[in-house]
Amino acid sequence: MKQLLRQLTQIPGPSGYEHQIREAIRDLVADFADEITTDALGNLIVRKGKAGQGKRIMLAAHMDEIGVMVSHTDENGFARFAPIGGVRPFYCLGGRVRFLNGRVGIINREKTPDPAKVPTLDQMFIDLGSARHGIGVGDVAAFDRTFEDLGERVVSKALDDRAGVAVLISALRQLESTPHEVYFVFSVQEEVGVRGATTAAFHIAPDIGIAVDVTGWGDTPKVPPMVDVALGKGPAIKIRDSGMLAAPQVVRWMISTAEKAGIPYQREVLLSGSTDARAIQLSRAGVPAGTISIPCRYVHSPSEMIDIRDAENAAALLAAMLSKEVPF
Amino acid sequence: MFSFDFPPFGARQLRLLERLTNAVAVSGDEGAVRKIVLEHVRPLADEVRVDALGNVLAVKRGTASPRLRVMVAAHMDEIGFMLTRDEGKGLFRFGKVGGIDTRNILGKAVWVGPDHIPGVIGMTPIHLTTSVSRKQVPGLDTLRIDVGPGNAGKVKPGMRAAFATEYVRLGPSIRAKALDDRLGVATLIELLRRAPENLDLLAAFTVQEEVGLRGAQVAAFAMEPDIAFVLDCTHAVDVPHPDGEPNTRYNTRLGHGPAIYTGDRATLSDPRLIHHLVETTEAAGLPYQFRQAGGGGTDAGAIHKQRGGIPSVSVSTPARYLHTTASIARVDDWKHTFYLVWAALKRLTPQVLRH
Repeated sequence: MKQLLRQLTQIPGPSGYEHQIREAIRDLVADFADEITTDALGNLIVRKGKAGQGKRIMLAAHMDEIGVMVSHTDENGFARFAPIGGVRPFYCLGGRVRFLNGRVGIINREKTPDPAKVPTLDQMFIDLGSARHGIGVGDVAAFDRTFEDLGERVVSKALDDRAGVAVLISALRQLESTPHEVYFVFSVQEEVGVRGATTAAFHIAPDIGIAVDVTGWGDTPKVPPMVDVALGKGPAIKIRDSGMLAAPQVVRWMISTAEKAGIPYQREVLLSGSTDARAIQLSRAGVPAGTISIPCRYVHSPSEMIDIRDAENAAALLAAMLSKEVPF
Repeated sequence: MFSFDFPPFGARQLRLLERLTNAVAVSGDEGAVRKIVLEHVRPLADEVRVDALGNVLAVKRGTASPRLRVMVAAHMDEIGFMLTRDEGKGLFRFGKVGGIDTRNILGKAVWVGPDHIPGVIGMTPIHLTTSVSRKQVPGLDTLRIDVGPGNAGKVKPGMRAAFATEYVRLGPSIRAKALDDRLGVATLIELLRRAPENLDLLAAFTVQEEVGLRGAQVAAFAMEPDIAFVLDCTHAVDVPHPDGEPNTRYNTRLGHGPAIYTGDRATLSDPRLIHHLVETTEAAGLPYQFRQAGGGGTDAGAIHKQRGGIPSVSVSTPARYLHTTASIARVDDWKHTFYLVWAALKRLTPQVLRH
């Protein structure tokens, strides 16, 4: 799992530009899939299990990550940029971005009379270090930060949602056989509004939908106490977030499977944010949906942190769920 | 290599644009523009229908095999007002339809209803205001559309109103209301007139874009295209910066050619289609600019998420002062927008989606 995360997190894939990460995932799943397709928006759709048998189950983990898009360049090697997804200005300052061609730029700010105040993205620029940088308006970059192994915890950029991607890959590899028709969807454009999952869900028309994504945390100093999720206590089974009320039968299925298999889990009530499960739930005439979350600190910063055991347990839980009949 | 024998573009197209911009089609009430569109596209297309929401959906089939089904959309509607209450003697309360800054509407002349009844959004004269009140933007509840008692009987709550601005040609420029998006509508009519044979052209003249891309949503579902191009009109905020600093947030610039979208708040353009457009400008020797990434949205925002996903990109003609009384665009930018999309369609094959 660690090796998988080390590889997956370091490949750039800002929303809309997921081709590099998609090809890497395709290589990782090729030996375990019954069928692999890429749809019109670039979702990678991996089928496991015979078509037509059991339930049609869609799993989704998004390949894309937040990033930036260049909106202006000048003759001195500076670029202005727009956010792709939920980019937090205070995480940007002093940070680095890496363009898809490998070029690195650093983010800093215009001089200001009040340096204590966090500037807006409009007041920042990317310093490309040279006027001959080959970067133009419309080029995209991902935040750049290495993967660090801290033992049980790992730190990297883009654990949101390469952690979910790794969980899906790991579950697929563990799943020797399934009585269902399971679609592992590595989705695009989640960070800009669950767009990839919207079209993939329409295309697949599943009976059940499950997203695997990171969630907030409640175990650092002075964090709001209502977030009752901690790193290392197991995957979080989502009851609700601000975009979705998980289907109770899906929640019960997750909990009973975890309890029978002796897999630790937490119950998650997230106040803000949502996942691909929202898009699946509202697809066509409606789909029972839920989410298995990996607790993650500092989401959307370049140094996100998860507990590796939570990811391993999430994969084990998914594999256990998919290897038996669905209880509804 | 293609040779591009560009169709003529001039007086005839400008006359069409004049008719289209002088017509009023506030979101939800697009009949006046739809009538002009139908009149033009009926003789040009193989199939024309008006759907349940009022979109005009026209199909012009190609002959090549295999060929792509390519949706091209432009919205017929414009921002404006809706009358909400008759207060007698020709005074009406009203609400806004679409994105309008109240500062832009004070004291402006309007046309009300299908017969263009003249009215005005009244404003207190300077003599009766104070230095403090002049710094405040009046609330919409304090403003009225005044058509006078003589025409009061012809105006009813529920009717729409639009800025009373007549089209004017100003040398290389056009000044008109609703260039957003009659420029796109006129371009799309011309594309149907010159439809290339290598694809099925699915032309969608959409309704209710200004209130949330509503017409395009159902049009894309119904048409089920392989890919989509959206023709819109985008802001040029290219006037010099007031404090002399370089202007780095211009969105687009007049005179720099059609604006290709890379990403806005509603859509990340399909990279393959961006590439195809840029390659077309190079092959055809046309100017272009990228619209600056950032906010805003076009019908592509609704189209690309329909069904199993539809790769989409937008191309806009730049114009200044959109969503106000009068906008300014350059004839050459418009001509080059038409040429770019026409040429891009002409050299489009299923290969474009290969990578």
